[in-house]
Amino acid sequence: MAIDVLGAPIKRTEDPRFITGKGRYLDDIKLTGMVHMAILRSPYAHANIRSVDTAAAKAMPGVLAVFTGADIPYNPLPMAWPAGGSSGIQNNINMPRVLATDSVKWTGEGVAAVVAETPEQAVDALEAISVDWEPLPAVVDAEKATQPGAPQLHENAPNNVVFTWTVGDKAGTDAAIESAEVVVRQRIVNQRLIPNPMEVRGDIGWYNPGTDEYTIWMSSQTPHIMRLLLTAFVTGIPEHKVRCIAPDVGGAFGTKIFCYADMALVMFASKAIGGRPVKWVESRRENYQSTTHGRDHITYLEIAGNRDGEIAGLRVKTYANLGGRLSTIGAGVPTTLYGRVLAGCYKFPNVFAEVTGVYTNTTFVDAYRGAGRPEATYVVERAMDLFADEIGMDPAAIRRKNFLPTDAFPYDNPSGLGTAVNGEKIFIDSGNYEPALNKALTMVNYYELDKAKKEARRRGKYLGVGLSSYIEVCGVAPSKWIGAVGEGWGAAMWESANLKVHLTGKVILTMGTSPQGQGHETTYAQIISHELGLPMEDIIVQHSDTQGTPFGYGSYGSRTAAVGGAAAIKAAGKVRDKAKRYAAHMLEASVDDIEVDGASFRVKGSPDKVKTLQEIAFALDLGFSLPEGMEPYLDETAYHDTPNCTWPFGTHIALVEVDEATGKVDLVKYVAVDDVGKKINPMIVDGQLHGGIVQGVGQALWEGALYGDDGQLLSGSMLDYALPRASWLPNLELDETVTPSPVNPLGVKGVGEAGAIASTAAVSNAVIDALSPLGIRHLDMPYTPQTVWRAIQAATSKGGSA
Amino acid sequence: MIPAAFSYARPRSIDEAVKLLKKGDGSTKIIAGGQSLLPLMKLRLARPGQLIDIGRLAELRGVRKIAGGRLAIGALTTYDELLRDPNIVHALLRDALPRIGDVQVRNRGTIGGAIAHADPASDMPALLLALNAEVVARSARGERTIAITDFFKGPFATALASDEILVEIRLPAGSNDYGSAYCSIEQPASGYSLAGAAVVVGRSRGGTGPFDDVRIALAGVADAPYRATAAEKAFLASARPGDAAAHATDGVSVASDIHADAEFRAAVAAVQVRRALEAAIARAG
Repeated sequence: MAIDVLGAPIKRTEDPRFITGKGRYLDDIKLTGMVHMAILRSPYAHANIRSVDTAAAKAMPGVLAVFTGADIPYNPLPMAWPAGGSSGIQNNINMPRVLATDSVKWTGEGVAAVVAETPEQAVDALEAISVDWEPLPAVVDAEKATQPGAPQLHENAPNNVVFTWTVGDKAGTDAAIESAEVVVRQRIVNQRLIPNPMEVRGDIGWYNPGTDEYTIWMSSQTPHIMRLLLTAFVTGIPEHKVRCIAPDVGGAFGTKIFCYADMALVMFASKAIGGRPVKWVESRRENYQSTTHGRDHITYLEIAGNRDGEIAGLRVKTYANLGGRLSTIGAGVPTTLYGRVLAGCYKFPNVFAEVTGVYTNTTFVDAYRGAGRPEATYVVERAMDLFADEIGMDPAAIRRKNFLPTDAFPYDNPSGLGTAVNGEKIFIDSGNYEPALNKALTMVNYYELDKAKKEARRRGKYLGVGLSSYIEVCGVAPSKWIGAVGEGWGAAMWESANLKVHLTGKVILTMGTSPQGQGHETTYAQIISHELGLPMEDIIVQHSDTQGTPFGYGSYGSRTAAVGGAAAIKAAGKVRDKAKRYAAHMLEASVDDIEVDGASFRVKGSPDKVKTLQEIAFALDLGFSLPEGMEPYLDETAYHDTPNCTWPFGTHIALVEVDEATGKVDLVKYVAVDDVGKKINPMIVDGQLHGGIVQGVGQALWEGALYGDDGQLLSGSMLDYALPRASWLPNLELDETVTPSPVNPLGVKGVGEAGAIASTAAVSNAVIDALSPLGIRHLDMPYTPQTVWRAIQAATSKGGSA
Repeated sequence: MIPAAFSYARPRSIDEAVKLLKKGDGSTKIIAGGQSLLPLMKLRLARPGQLIDIGRLAELRGVRKIAGGRLAIGALTTYDELLRDPNIVHALLRDALPRIGDVQVRNRGTIGGAIAHADPASDMPALLLALNAEVVARSARGERTIAITDFFKGPFATALASDEILVEIRLPAGSNDYGSAYCSIEQPASGYSLAGAAVVVGRSRGGTGPFDDVRIALAGVADAPYRATAAEKAFLASARPGDAAAHATDGVSVASDIHADAEFRAAVAAVQVRRALEAAIARAG
């Protein structure tokens, strides 16, 4: 019998190809006759297009075709998740067209496209296209965009408002705040981020004139959904005539969930030039301008409670910047994925949030690692520290006091945060928050830090400690719930798996999920190895091709293990059941007498009467001898609709030192105690946590997309947008508690986003704690030296005591 | 990220290179390691019509001792080669070199390229200002030596004539009575200095008396690297690093950008000057 690898930290089977340059990413694909596309992007953030002259470009060497918006007969891209879903709230929707026709709403919106024999010729020809622009005033700040007199982007969106969405109990929260002993108010900004996967986006479109069918290779997290959206909503091409393939994908962080104009454009272009494959790969600069951004909230928070530290209510008003037009689920992120987790891991009896989605002359904003939940965690965890500071309570103590107790689960926030308009609810599945907090406190020697703070002062530094006791929601989602809260095209969020045991006993698992480097080929094989008692090397995992995998929603929202994993287990169970029935046939025994032990199927009490799964597969797949009514082949498909979401949690603690002379912040220690339920592969879990933590730290200390008032992206390249580097971080010290999720057979909760959700608030709270001797109670991120230095100057000139 | 079309020549000698350059039409650029020029070309912010690639000219590579205990550094010597060279003992270079760019940049980037490119935020120009270096330029007309203090003329502008190639950098003889240091605060995205201070302090006649020789040069602060002469004077007068720091940006138009405005930049420039002086003094003993 194979060694049980479920839960083992085995090395990823993907890694040999990824780390030796043998991965096959989009740009590695070179097809016979392939040509290249480049997209002309708007240099203005807001302008009308009077005319576009492509004559000179068409005459350039190697140019096969030049397209403008007027040439493309397709619909605008679809909005798949309007705010509020079926609750019927007004959404003033404006979606991008495949190429802009009358106007552009952000710097980088596509205006024209060139197809040429080489990438160089395509890029050169872009310079020969002349556009007659009528520049218009721009607005980039979401709050300002809603004020009277702001430039207006869309006729159907007065004051640039996309929607105003609310969640929670307004009357209860208003009353709780009005009658509270202490109320703390703060405006906080969760700045815009540029996601930066290592591999940028790209597509290859190929129209086959012989079959009238299309194939699109795309760097995507969601090839099945892309086929649906591109056919049914954008192009009108029948769904069964399109095949979408995601090859190896080099990171995504959410940006590759969505339906982009370029996907439809390569389809159109390939057909227009007679069926040669058309490749488009964005440059990093294009990625910064025209692939989705993340975050960008301005929030007014009010937290109320008593002087003992009991929180009575949280009221939040948020302006969510969604960009110049909407991305695929742009409206869903700051609503469902944000507002519904605003109670964090606390027993807040009253919560109310109002979110205004806003158009500005910026790149569209959509899900970025955590998608709404980092923004919510930042609000809640900053609010807890602000409140603790106000009443003079220790940040660890106030968290402990307000944690949901262990007997609260499954938990439904009384303000109705988990309730959809149709009454369907999601519950917090399981939790035990104090042990993670206690472990983390011990790891940083929390109650002995005053000495270290004094020692730092002697070196001209301020030492600060920051906590983040986070919760997040993963494993989205029960279909009847997600359908009600938003998925506009009525799609559900189940997952699928197909498992085939071939004649030779080798196993192919095909999944509806679609990895971007997470190691799914390893973890799914670990699951199947465990379920069927087969060695890992006998199992391969296939995915990410609409031809040959069952329909699935893809990989995002930390849902693959919780929902996809459950589908894989279901498929394995079906295989085992059929094998058992066939073993009974082979062994001339009753099915009830067959005992399964890994890959061995035995007759009870007759240990020598045994068949292996390989023997069963061989005979069953040949089908020479089949019992009445049994179909040949060991081939089973399962679909799994999760009964509930999963809710990982934990406490992260950051220690920072601030240089009083320059304002430079150094992260000197970082501990994370995460509870992600059971683990399929702890090494992969640690890797996910490392990456997520660093991304979250990046937001706190370095990253920020910066626009000029004219809508130019000033942080337009990696020379101006600061990504974290390994040498800037201390060793990340990880520990765990394990509270299995009861909602899936693996007991997993999900880990893809946890690090990024927790770490921003931990570092932010640490920086504010460091500066608190100066009387500073809040600063907006990122804590660049200049920002911190200015705050120190302002505080010391006011006479704060250093 | 595809450069505009250009022609390319790879001469086999420096003599051939200067001849080619003389024939150029004014849109010619010399390329060595390409660490600054190529990114600009890919963004089409630089569009040279012709590149003359001198990157493989062995005669321009390496560090050697020349008359008077001086060092001659070939223009094509990479940062990594400088770091590994036993002649490069200068403490301020050992402070700065490991932090320039990343491994790839240090493997490809050259000292001559950094100087000729003259990015105002680049560290190397300030280091050479503090070291009182000389620059040797070659053209078809011959060779000339330029004092480093006369070399930097503004952002991305130098004293090199359009037909000249920078071939060598010369450093004066070191002295055990001197201490030096480089301190900087970096713009985190690019790694260039928001403010960097290169400092050399010494006693020209030896002994243990007060320092009578000081050179303070700043990177990243103004539109060109500069010697902070007011700071130097203040230090010679009081020997206190803080006094020098207070004059770090005297008479200078301090740069302002999205990462650091002029007020903050001036303040952290002063901090770097103070810290570099303190370190240099400690090293001088």
